[in-house]
Formats: sequence, structure tokens, C-alpha cells
Amino acid sequence: MTNQPKIPVDEEAKIEEKIAVATPATMMWWKFRKHKAAVISTVFLVFMYLLAIFCEFVSPSVPDATSARYMSAPPSTIRLVDVEGKWHAPFVYLTEMSRDPVTRRAIYTENTEVRYPIKLFSTGPAYKFWGLWETDIHLFGLGVADEEQRVMLLGADRVGRDMLTMTVYGARISLSIGLIGVALSLGMGIVIGGISGFYGGAIDNFIQRVIEFIRSIPHIPLWMALSAALPLEWPVLKVYFAISMILSLTGWTSMARTVRGRFLAMREEDFILSARLTGSSEGRIILVHMVPSFLSYIIAILTLAVPYMILSETSLSFIGLGLRAPAVSWGVLLAEAQNVRSIALTPWVFWPAVAVISTVLAFNFLGDGLRDAADPYAR
Amino acid sequence: MRPENSVAAPYLLEIKNLKKHFPIEKGFIISRVIGHVKAVDDVSFFIRPGETLGLVGESGCGKTTTGRLIMRAYDSTSGEIWFDDCRMGRVNVAGLEKKQLRQIRMNMQLIFQDPYSSLNPRMTLLQIVGEPLLVNGVARGSELQDRVAELLRVVGLRPEYMVRYPHAFSGGQRQRIGVARALALHPQLVVCDEPVSALDVSVQAQTLNLLQDLQKDFNLTYLFISHDLSVVEHISDRVVVMYVGKLVEHARTEELFYNPKHPYTEALLSAVPKPDPRLRTAPIVLQGDVADPAHPPSGCYFHPRCRFCIERCKMEAPQLREIAPEHYVSCHRADELTLAGVTKLAATAPAP
Ligand SMILES: Nc1ncnc2c1ncn2[C@@H]1O[C@H](COP(=O)(O)OP(=O)(O)OP(=O)(O)O)[C@@H](O)[C@H]1O
Ligand code: SF4
Ligand SMILES: [Mg+2]
Repeated sequence: MTNQPKIPVDEEAKIEEKIAVATPATMMWWKFRKHKAAVISTVFLVFMYLLAIFCEFVSPSVPDATSARYMSAPPSTIRLVDVEGKWHAPFVYLTEMSRDPVTRRAIYTENTEVRYPIKLFSTGPAYKFWGLWETDIHLFGLGVADEEQRVMLLGADRVGRDMLTMTVYGARISLSIGLIGVALSLGMGIVIGGISGFYGGAIDNFIQRVIEFIRSIPHIPLWMALSAALPLEWPVLKVYFAISMILSLTGWTSMARTVRGRFLAMREEDFILSARLTGSSEGRIILVHMVPSFLSYIIAILTLAVPYMILSETSLSFIGLGLRAPAVSWGVLLAEAQNVRSIALTPWVFWPAVAVISTVLAFNFLGDGLRDAADPYAR
Repeated sequence: MRPENSVAAPYLLEIKNLKKHFPIEKGFIISRVIGHVKAVDDVSFFIRPGETLGLVGESGCGKTTTGRLIMRAYDSTSGEIWFDDCRMGRVNVAGLEKKQLRQIRMNMQLIFQDPYSSLNPRMTLLQIVGEPLLVNGVARGSELQDRVAELLRVVGLRPEYMVRYPHAFSGGQRQRIGVARALALHPQLVVCDEPVSALDVSVQAQTLNLLQDLQKDFNLTYLFISHDLSVVEHISDRVVVMYVGKLVEHARTEELFYNPKHPYTEALLSAVPKPDPRLRTAPIVLQGDVADPAHPPSGCYFHPRCRFCIERCKMEAPQLREIAPEHYVSCHRADELTLAGVTKLAATAPAP
């Protein structure tokens, strides 16, 4: 379409025919495909969610594997060439810890005598996959006892836990709390926004004022007040659901606005009036005419709401009012990392921040792409 | 119009004192009505079977609202809409229950102004044109396909196009799709709401010709809405002129064009392009803006812009009266004024 090489006439007609009969889904896909950032973000997010889903298997260690031997250890150096210049499969050297005689800080050095090749599907610390099956197979590892040598791509934190493992486990909670929070918001948003748009009049007016009121309350203090009220002795899972509910308490308002707005705009469309005048029932109008063009917008809005949820959870946990250890989320990890010493000496404990930022950005790009694609018929 | 007329001349559609006042609401939490937009205010006219009635007026004068009131897309504030249904007989559409309304609507259809928003972009032509047949249980499956193919052929589109989506078509073609949908149930009355004003000039004439051909072939009756008198001129038997929700003049087309009785009609006519350069005159430029239907002027709504305005016009609203057979006008001075129609406009001296 873009370049102008000679296209045979019947070829051109074929292309035209293909466009003419393109279904709405195809049209949306063509439009979405043009948004390169959104496509790349989709790949990235799929990758992140795969990590989150299979976090026990993907990570080389387990979150409770603290170790004095690896306190604040830097990322392992993966090598292909040994000191004598010989090539090998990827390996790490034995790490040895000593202490600085003056500052008592741990110093990690490589002992080039001992090589540990990195193995795929190697054994490692035992875990229960999805809490169901006991196993000790990890995607990669060294296949030796934890205390002997570890491979730590992202280094270790203050108590010697593998940062890659922590970040990947954190993804499970941080990425899913976004989805659960958004699902709850969506439910409330569609019901309340739908009522508002459908009935209009005084009910609509009332709901709109309530929404304005909720939106005018600064969110962080509201969340702080609510989450401070959660009993400290609650188990992690319960806190997790409570937090996602607190987040959706404010999140539904924008969803409701969007639903109402689309609803009102749709009712004005001539083709809706036409359907009504030709005798279509209300049910048919909603299901056949309104929902399909609605759905794509909802999905786009939804996508844009997820990063907001992720950021909210992170901020809440960061200030210590969201999830707390032993739960592992990106916010919890960052809360543990927050001190000047870490920035200067162990910057690798901020990997969860990189994960948060890139995920939020990716969701925003994806949402942008979806929003553009939601109406491929825009003139 | 007088009821005795209805016996002598059977009307397909007769509208009596139709009003539509949209409430203007304002308020916090509990809203209250602070005024009304008198979109249609006491309009009466009739259409005989097989003829075309042109409905003209400037933007916002209530043309669309009138058309939609007839279809009962909106409920009227007051007034009667008598429709001579081929099955149910003469019924007042304004008072019908849902079920009867559905029946009536199979015999009256609407063609929209905007060929884009009037077609669901997510449906194929088969689904769009076939919808009236499907939802009314007239046809389904392969019979539906045959009927849609036939309808597409009738409006000049290839039947193979039925698998396509509207995005594949130009404005003029889309309007044909809208026409095919309107004809699907073989209605008696078709309300054409500015069907050509969104189209390129080159396509307008084609579309108008199509509508005229279809009128003959299917024995249709048209209410043809337009803001442009020159579009209405060739296809209407009679013309109704509206101004700010009110009917100001209603006459046979030639009568209205040659012998207008309302100053507003005269002003509209002066803007109609004339092929003969010797007949061209400077159009009468109306002073001021169209009145706001929420706050119309006192007396005759047209008085702030009327060059014949007298004291009486500011106080007293003129009533619609028949000053010649089937020539209705709503102006206090209709009898005394000599106004310029399309042919006479050149002969008379420039306006004072
Ligand atoms: N649903 C509505 N609610 C409130 N006011 C309305 C509504 N529909 C129309 N109006 C008002 O009624 C008046 C007449 O509108 P209408 O659309 O009938 O005019 P029109 O003659 O068709 O104009 P146009 O040439 O722009 O199509 C306008 O002032 C408009 O603002
Ligand atoms: S009634 Fe008076 S103001 Fe109105 S059109 Fe006639 S002359 Fe003009
Ligand atoms: Mg209109």
C-alpha cells in the first residue's frame, strides 16, 4: 500500500476485495499492527506474564532462600572464555567472600580454579509448583547445593536472596493485582456507568456527583487510611484481596465515566435509531449494535487502567501500607531497598523498579495502540 | 387544515398541530426544567399518496425533528399524526402502542442525512439491508440473501457486494445502501432527511434521479427534507417552508416558486441559483441570525429579520391561513404584499 511498485490490475482488485470484506477484527488488527510500540509492548507483556505464571520454575532459587554467604552479592558474571582463553558453554567461577578488614563489608572475588557450567532444567532448591507438585527442577541453574555456588543474574539483596527470583516472584503478585483490581473496577464501572447512561435523569445526575466527589478525594491519603485499617494479623492472601478492593474503590469511577459516555454517544448514532425504526428489539440493539463497538473501547480503557493499578499497589506497598513481607511484590521489594546505601553500593536491588517502569510503559503503549485500533472506521 | 378536506382528498399522511418542545434541564443532583426548545411548534401539513412533499428551512428550524416525530423516533409534545396504513387503515401514529407502532413502521421508513453514521460499520451489506427483513420475520437464510441481492440491484449496486462492509464504499454508494435498507419492507412513506446534502455535487443528481425512479417503480410517497430550495424544486409536488419550528408557507411547488406569499420564502428563493444570467439578482441578505428556538422573538418569529415588519408583527403571532386554494401562509401582510418569485425577481426594482 505504501510503496508504489507496479501492481497488476487483477492483483490490485484482489487487494481491494480483501479490504472490502475485512471483518471488524481484521480491520482492528491491521490498525493495531501499524502501532509498532504497541506490538513490541504486547510481546514484552506476554513475556512478563509468562514469567509471572511460571515464576517458580523460571527462577533459579526460591524466595525464602536467605543466605549469609551471598549478602548483597553483585550479579554473577557469566563467562564463555576461561582465564586460559579456552571456550566453554556458559559458566560461572566459584565466588568467594571475604571481609574488608576496615569496613567489615563483604568483598566477593572469583576463584578461577573452579568452574560451574550453567545447566538447563537443572536441579535446585525444592519448591511446590503452583502450590501443587513438589519438584526441584528449575529452568536453569548450576545443579549444585545452594551454599556451594549460585548463579545470580541480578545479584542478591541484603539477606542474600537472589534478586532475579525475587523480581520474578514479585511479578506474580504485582501483575495479577493489576488485573484483579481492574476486573473489580470494570464490574462496578459497567454496572454503575450503565445504569447512569441507561436511565439518565436524576439517577444519572446523582451518580455523576458521587463520582466527582470520589475523584476529588486525593487517592494516596484515602488508600492510606483504608489500608491502615487492615488488621496486621491478616494472612498475606487476605491482605492481597483487600488491597485490590481498596484500589478498585477509586478505579471504578473512570471506568463508569467511560461506559456512560460511550453509552450516551452510541444512543445518538443514526444506525442505532435506524435499527430501532426497522423494528429491532432493545435486546438486539444492545447485543448486536452496541456491544461490539463498545467492547473494543472497554478493552482499551481496561489496558490503560492496569498500569495505574500496578503503580498504586507499588506505591502503597512501598510506603508500607500495602502488602508486607513475607509477601513478595515489586512494591515490597522496593520498600526493602529504600535507603541511600543501596543506591550507592548495591544498585541491583532496584531491578524491581525497572520491572515496574517497563511494565507500566508497555501497558500504556499497548493501551494506546488498542485505543487507536478500537475504532478502525474513524474518518 | 380543514377536516372536510380529508374526505375529498385522501391523505396518506396528515399532520395536525404537531408540537415538540425539548425540555432544557439544569440543576445539581435534582434537575429542573428551566425552559423549552420549541423545535417543532404547531406544524400542520398533509401528503397525498404517491406525491413528494418538500420540507425546507434553515439549519436548526426543526426539519429533522419533524421527520422523526412522524416516525415516532421521538414522542410528540402534542398534535396528531394521521397515517393511512395499508393494513390498519387511518391511524394516529402519535397515540399508538408499541406493538402497533412496529406494524406501522414497516410502512414508513427513514433515509438519513449522514451516510456514514447511518450504517453500522461492523456489519456487512447483507446484515444491514437484511436487518428489517430479518427482525420482522419476513425472510431468512437463502431467501434473505436473494431479497438483499434484489434490493442492491434495484439501487444500482452489484449483488456480490453483499459480503462487503460499508467502509468499502463511497458516500454516494453508502447512501444507496441506506435507500436499499429503507425499501426492504416496501414502505408506503419514506422520510428522506436531507439524503443528498452530505454528498458531492456530482453524486447528488444521480442520487436524486435514483430516488425519483424508485418512487415510480415502488409507488412511494416522499417527505423530502432539504435546506436547499433548488434541490426540492425538481422533485416536489408541494413545498412546506419552516422557520424556527413554525410552518410559514405551504403551497404547490410552482405556486410557491412563482408566487411566494411569505417574506421568508422570498428571501430563500432569491438565493436559488438561476441559469439565465439576465435573471440573476443580488440575493436578499437577511439581517441578523436565525432566532433561537429556546427564546423565540415575540409576535411573528421572523419579524427581527423581516423588511416588511410593522408594529402588529411584533405583538401578534400570525396564524396559518389559506389565502388561495391549497396555498397556506402565516403572515399578517400576505394579502397586501407583492413578493418576488423566481421569475419575477429580476423584473421588480431592487428592494427598498
Ligand atoms: N434531542 C434534542 N434535545 C434537545 N434539543 C434538540 C434535540 N434535537 C433537536 N433539538 C433542537 O431542536 C432544534 C431543531 O433541530 P433539528 O435537528 O430538527 O433541526 P434541522 O432543521 O434538522 O437542522 P439541520 O439542518 O441542522 O439538520 C434545534 O435547535 C436543536 O438544537
Ligand atoms: S408577519 Fe410581519 S414580520 Fe412576519 S413575515 Fe409577515 S410581515 Fe414579516
Ligand atoms: Mg436535520
